[in-house]
Amino acid sequence: MTDVDAPRSAPAPGAATGHGQQEAYPEELHATNTGISNEKLAMWVFLGSECLLFGGLISTYVLYKNRHRVGPAPHQLYDIAFTSISSFVLLMSSLTMVLAVAAVTRGDQKRLRTWLLTTALLGSVFISGQVYEFTAFVREGMGFTTNAASSAFYTLTGFHGVHVTIGIIMLLSVFVLSLRGRLPTERAETVEIVGLYWHFVDVVWIVIFTIVYLAK
Amino acid sequence: MATDTSVADVPGTAPLAHEEVHLSDIHYVRVAVFLAVLTGIEVALSYINGLNGLALLVPLLVIMAIKFGTVALYFMHLKWDSKILTRLFYAGVLLAAGVYVIALSTFRLFAGN
Repeated sequence: MTDVDAPRSAPAPGAATGHGQQEAYPEELHATNTGISNEKLAMWVFLGSECLLFGGLISTYVLYKNRHRVGPAPHQLYDIAFTSISSFVLLMSSLTMVLAVAAVTRGDQKRLRTWLLTTALLGSVFISGQVYEFTAFVREGMGFTTNAASSAFYTLTGFHGVHVTIGIIMLLSVFVLSLRGRLPTERAETVEIVGLYWHFVDVVWIVIFTIVYLAK
Repeated sequence: MATDTSVADVPGTAPLAHEEVHLSDIHYVRVAVFLAVLTGIEVALSYINGLNGLALLVPLLVIMAIKFGTVALYFMHLKWDSKILTRLFYAGVLLAAGVYVIALSTFRLFAGN
């Protein structure tokens, strides 16, 4: 048993709690029924709901990919070699992200900052690749409203790109927190939660890369 | 009343992520190499002439599922985290897959020509 300095009137964890109950526990012992912090649980619920968003966008693309009476279709313009390198970059950013989480868990602030910046950099390379790809497609005559297939393609990959961009902003925010000394080992979960979002962006791209780019 | 009960003593609660022993850095690198190799195989398959339709789609989807699961298990730490999180996430994945397969079926996408 661990003495957590709870007030004598405080109910045990798992029992109904009232206001001020959070203060009865040290920060690392989450006073929730599940033992999981509300922030982490909320991120997982959010990621579960995001599956439905991207599922809808992928399904829409699959449904419309052959509807291109006017202009070229996306699959006629794909540069698989280029997109494969972009995919590899995003995949490796998941590695650097998990290394950042491992570093903050060990209390290694220097490596945490190095891996966070590397992850943000790799994410930026991926986004640059996407901007280049979109520009090349527009030059080839495939704009957003050219046909149903192009609309579905840009909406799907554009939404994913926005998610990656938000992830980069989150990574840089965590980097600044670390610089200011506000990410001690006890707050490692903050980095872990940002990491969950980043890995999710990666797994979504794993699906998009296979279904949209590789499956003929 | 149990006033000195820690969260860790409550049955069904998971240990906290930062208290757990995950993989070492070199193990994470090995997982990443494994994912990179799978990506290479995927791309190579797409370049094989004459491999079309289900002959291409099935191996691609299998590799995609392995990559998806590997990232979720090892990088997102579902292998060590509370089972509630695994259920939450895969509930979203399966719900999305089920709903959209049914929706696409209504458009006769899998009916063939």
